[in-house]
Amino acid sequence: MKNISFLVAGVGGQGTLLASDILAEVGMEAGYDVKKSDVLGLAIRGGSVLSHVRWGEKVASPVVRKGDMDYLLALEPLEAMRGVEFLHPKSIVLCNTKAMPPITVSGGSEVYPPREEVMRVLQSAAATVYFVDASAEAERLGNLKVANVVMLGAFSTLLDVPRKTWESVILSRIPQKYVALNQHAFHTGCSVVKRSQPS
Amino acid sequence: MNKVLLSGNEAIARGAYEAGVQIATGYPGTPSSEILATIAKKYKDDIYAEWSTNEKVAMDVAAGAAYSGRRTMVTTKQVGMNVLSDALLYTVYTGTERGLVIITADDPGMFSSQNEQDNRWYTKLAKIPLLEPADSQEAKDFVVLGIGLSEEFDTPVLIRTTMRVSHSKSIVLEGERPSVPQKVGPFVRDQQKYVCTAMWAKKRHPVVEQRLVNLARYAEDAPCNHVEWAEHSLGIITSGATYAYAREVFPQASFLKLGMTFPLPEELIRSFANGVEKLIVIEELDPFLEEQIRAMGIDVIGKEIFPPYDELLPDRLTQLALESGLIDEAKGMTHSVTVPTDLPARTPVLCAGCPHRSTYYWLNKMKMPVAGDIGCYNLGCLPPFNAQHTMGCMGASVGVLHGMSIAGVPEHAVATIGDSTFFHSGMPALLNMVHNQSRGVVIIMDNGTTAMTGHQDNPGTDWTLQGKDAPHVELEPLVCAMGVEKVLTVNAFDIGEVERGLKECLAYDGPSVLITKGLCAQLDRTPKTSYMVNPNKCIACGACLKLGCPAIVKADKVDEKTGEPKAEIDPGLCVGCDICRQVCPVEAIQISKGRESQGER
Ligand SMILES: Cc1ncc(C[n+]2csc(CCOP(=O)(O)OP(=O)(O)O)c2C)c(N)n1
Repeated sequence: MKNISFLVAGVGGQGTLLASDILAEVGMEAGYDVKKSDVLGLAIRGGSVLSHVRWGEKVASPVVRKGDMDYLLALEPLEAMRGVEFLHPKSIVLCNTKAMPPITVSGGSEVYPPREEVMRVLQSAAATVYFVDASAEAERLGNLKVANVVMLGAFSTLLDVPRKTWESVILSRIPQKYVALNQHAFHTGCSVVKRSQPS
Repeated sequence: MNKVLLSGNEAIARGAYEAGVQIATGYPGTPSSEILATIAKKYKDDIYAEWSTNEKVAMDVAAGAAYSGRRTMVTTKQVGMNVLSDALLYTVYTGTERGLVIITADDPGMFSSQNEQDNRWYTKLAKIPLLEPADSQEAKDFVVLGIGLSEEFDTPVLIRTTMRVSHSKSIVLEGERPSVPQKVGPFVRDQQKYVCTAMWAKKRHPVVEQRLVNLARYAEDAPCNHVEWAEHSLGIITSGATYAYAREVFPQASFLKLGMTFPLPEELIRSFANGVEKLIVIEELDPFLEEQIRAMGIDVIGKEIFPPYDELLPDRLTQLALESGLIDEAKGMTHSVTVPTDLPARTPVLCAGCPHRSTYYWLNKMKMPVAGDIGCYNLGCLPPFNAQHTMGCMGASVGVLHGMSIAGVPEHAVATIGDSTFFHSGMPALLNMVHNQSRGVVIIMDNGTTAMTGHQDNPGTDWTLQGKDAPHVELEPLVCAMGVEKVLTVNAFDIGEVERGLKECLAYDGPSVLITKGLCAQLDRTPKTSYMVNPNKCIACGACLKLGCPAIVKADKVDEKTGEPKAEIDPGLCVGCDICRQVCPVEAIQISKGRESQGER
């Protein structure tokens, strides 16, 4: 069993930690040793959230070195850019396209990087970059909150773990009344990556 | 055995369950808060849990419960240990009757603390055993071990985690809970042991010293200390989270991994040192192990290479190891891409709808010196407010204000303090102001919760950690009873009221208290309507932007005369608190009709 390292990045309130918790648990259910570490910015809501997740035969450190991340799962493009130094030339990136400008942009004078710049930076850092409009898919499903599960659905197609393992882990963490919604979100995600071209 | 993925804090809660702990107390503080929260959620029927008013109270409560025959746990963040320590020191002399462990969650890297202190020193000062778990499995197991040691040696035991242990997750094998007594017997009346009056306490001191000798003997064979032999050219002594990082960076080295780091197993260390050519100690923060090992006359390198500040994460450890020649090359891939330096920051801001906003709006306008305190409202020190000029530790603001006042600062100063912080340690300082007579306004920012650390209860809430009803302590009568003669309570969402209240208190020649009352936006569940800016009326003056509200953004439209951007409100973030409408000079902000706020609550 080879070690696999994942960086999960997003903004507080997007369900980034839930996504990385699920990713870690899926690894455990698939028979790996698993460790994860979360770093939250000062602001719980609206701050940057970064999670390291590792699967392996025997994982020592929950924190991964720069240049050692095999995958980046990003729920927000600006947060994806902050993670590029963790990637290596063979890394794979899956990034939600919906931008969430921080207050330094929306109420201040800083500038949010244009879409082309986001693409350029991510593509220069990794082997393959997929963009998914998970927030739009979630909105279509009637709840923006499930964008993270759409992303997980998309991400699951890049890994070699049975789909039912993913579903059972996700559903075990969701309150009964949201089960159907999340199932939908996951399936939407599964089909969305096939549709979007790797770029 | 059940296999689960737990954070260090969840594992500690599980450890309390498996150790037969029946009472758990603490005061919230990152990164320790989830321990009691988990106990209250998962082990409610087996373990009584409470948020005490401060860490010292939590420790006294724990002492009383342990004296009475219950296994007990206390939790604190690292600086809370300073508050707790007075109570700790007497329990060292008395011993504890039943097991008592204290969990301190330290914060190397300073993610959420006002300093980077290394609490391992407390065990040297207090002469008590210290356990340092490296992952969640150990976090759970060490609570069980700690309770065992506490009972075997009749001493409180300190378990020290760091943020990375408390907040990282790893796999844990769960065990069972032992049977514990439902009832306790009559209270033990052993005065010579439990009354620390000088004549009796003096006789206890040699007991404490002998206990430490016995503990050092125990440490030699303690199962939590072990050697992992590999190549003999380099030997590493380490503990806690650092062990995991070092294992990764030095895969060939031999390790002495210490789970019990005070008192140290001298013979074990000596034999390990003799078995390796070069000996290094890798520990985050202070040279706690290094100094003790040197004092044994053993040649060891530590802080020369690994500085006593910040975390020693694998990246930094690799760098330091390369620079000092401990390794020749770093394993793993090297990254080629650096993060663009001009990315916009996500700076922390008060939430949309935060009741603290109106106070800082005025403090910024009035420009007086502000002695600040710790809580969400500490964000008042940042732009656009810049209206907190000191902040040191919890409860400090009121004493600092009194100091400024008696020193003769020519301006009328104020202190800002949250409700939980006021109950924690602001009260004695306010009494001091009353008794010693100084002038100054203490603003108690009452948002009805301990927001910063995750919305815990406090004496001002009408519920407890375990969900029981509690008498809601009103601040105004409390403060009046403390002898403050000028006390006003204002609605924090009415900026006119806040201004009038502040001015009235500032004019008062003596200690005064202004209570700005408004429920935390994260707890307020009353449906409200979001607001919008009428672009035809907006004159792009920027008054609303000075509120630093994340829902108010610069629009693409500009004012024709000035070229300045007009304001716009993000309906997805606005919770309809109404403050921006009140500061707009031209009534351009109005309720967005039929639009229920979607802002997160
Ligand atoms: C001695 C100590 N204990 C705990 C903490 C962690 N802590 C920081 S602020 C805070 C409470 C803040 O609550 P409150 O004063 O009500 O302000 P709010 O965040 O609700 O605005 C706590 C528990 C600390 N910094 N120091």
